[in-house]
Amino acid sequence: MDRPADSFPVIRDVGLTGILVTFSDTLTEAANRAALAFRAAVEAEGWPGVEETATSLTSVFLRFDPLTLEHDVFTGRLQGLIADRDWPAVPLPEGRSLWRIPVTLGGSYGPQFEEAAQAAGLSPEDAEASIAAARIRVLTIGFAPGQPYMGQLGPEWDIPRLTELTPRVPQGALIAAIRQLIIFQRPAPTGWRHIGQTAFRCYRPGTPEPFPLTPGDEVTFRLIGPEEYEAILDSDGTGDGGATREVLP
Amino acid sequence: MSRALVVRQAGPGLSVQDLGRPGYLDQGVSVGGAADRLALAEGAALLGQPGNLAAIEMAGIGGIFEAEGGSLRIALTGAPMQASIAGEPVAWNASHMLHRGQKLSIGGARTGSYGYLHVGGGIAARPVLGSRSVHLTAGLGEALAAGDRLPVGKDSGRTETGMTLDVADRFQGGTVRVVPSVQTARFAPEDLARFEATQFRRDMRGNRMGVRMTFDGPPFAAQDQLSILSEIIVPGDIQATGDGTPFVLLYECQTTGGYPRIATVLPSELNVIAQARPGDPVRFRFVTREKALAVHRAAEAHLAGLPGAIRPLIRDPRDIPDLLSYQLIGGVTAGDGEDPQ
Repeated sequence: MDRPADSFPVIRDVGLTGILVTFSDTLTEAANRAALAFRAAVEAEGWPGVEETATSLTSVFLRFDPLTLEHDVFTGRLQGLIADRDWPAVPLPEGRSLWRIPVTLGGSYGPQFEEAAQAAGLSPEDAEASIAAARIRVLTIGFAPGQPYMGQLGPEWDIPRLTELTPRVPQGALIAAIRQLIIFQRPAPTGWRHIGQTAFRCYRPGTPEPFPLTPGDEVTFRLIGPEEYEAILDSDGTGDGGATREVLP
Repeated sequence: MSRALVVRQAGPGLSVQDLGRPGYLDQGVSVGGAADRLALAEGAALLGQPGNLAAIEMAGIGGIFEAEGGSLRIALTGAPMQASIAGEPVAWNASHMLHRGQKLSIGGARTGSYGYLHVGGGIAARPVLGSRSVHLTAGLGEALAAGDRLPVGKDSGRTETGMTLDVADRFQGGTVRVVPSVQTARFAPEDLARFEATQFRRDMRGNRMGVRMTFDGPPFAAQDQLSILSEIIVPGDIQATGDGTPFVLLYECQTTGGYPRIATVLPSELNVIAQARPGDPVRFRFVTREKALAVHRAAEAHLAGLPGAIRPLIRDPRDIPDLLSYQLIGGVTAGDGEDPQ
């Protein structure tokens, strides 16, 4: 059940077989970090009856078998684990990657880039520099297989979603809203602004690593021109789209 | 030639389904799989095979299928549909032999939404992420079309057909039991009471992702609902959407959503929602966690007992031209009873 905001983290039921541990009702870097760390800790506990764990922006979702793991026993353990550590201060899980992904901004490959820059109160040059300098985190993955919600950008990028949907942006599109960026997994409509294009593929069916990104991974962008984007698109057989990857300590 | 089931004619909503692919929520893929889990288990019991084999799910209407490369044991479950083999009517909720070259013809559903065609050995389509379930929302696989040739797995060696089992009528709506979800406490007590008292009807709008419920009365809204952060959603969750109309999520839902959730349907009763047709009556009733667990335990026991519940069709169905209608009359209930299962 909902409780006052000052009592976060809060444990709530999601039907008979789900529990949600929420660290904040607004997106903050600390709450996202806490959720990533807490999920890793639950996984490490290996409690029998916990069937699946996943993170959203500020929560950890736990699916469990209520016939194997009694609800009250489970919530008791979760409360114990919550009290055990100062979760926003816990280091992020190990094994994360730092990605550097080529992107071409503006022009025909990012038709709403200038409009997005304007909404952020930035000149196109400053907006480019801002994206080039950003080091953001895969906050969560959702909506489509492997599709990352990355953030947070600076507060100036707190630009609203559009009221009218763009009927279709292409696979690999970089779109922006509410201090976050998404690389589209496949062509889809969106209310976010289409600011650029990558050749990065978020879901690679039939490969040993179908989902290259993991929540908690970090991402930077290398700005490229449309010609280089086209060259990468033509030559890339991996789905990386020219991205480099380094394992974070 | 290896055995296959060839699709000669396909209704618009035919897809291969099994128990879905649990475990990929963190990568944005919901579990998916058969809309009526019980129907999948009933087919497996009729054929004496494991419950995780893939079958063909048929939304509203079936198609024409042919056995190629050998004879196939088949079973028909879920929403009862008109079916015939080589022109002869065959019983629903039963197993049959489809001889090599014979055509199985499956028409429209008489009640309910999703019928299932199972084959001995299961449909052996190529698994993706550990499952053969087509997941259109996630872009995994596609609907079946005329001309598709579906490989069939090795049958367990049993040759038994002509078996049937009694099934609960879950094909015309009814009362489903719910427990609280994340935002239940954000709804006013009088709205929760009204939610239980309201007679909903399954709307025209609905698919494998979820179904909308229409009703007479003011919209259902939560306090501060515009401030709700997008959060993980699960099958069974009942979202109060932008216009205040309940939308019950099914197995192929998105993985995150920002609408407040007023309640969650018990897993074992979600098939009642999936099977309801547009216009069918639906009511929701809150139960305690203790009661919900008892229902859940009983449903699990029922599934486990299915293999022992099959029995021979009493008479040769080919001797009873009106068998389908005969069975249906026997199976009809009021549709809004206290206990749908």
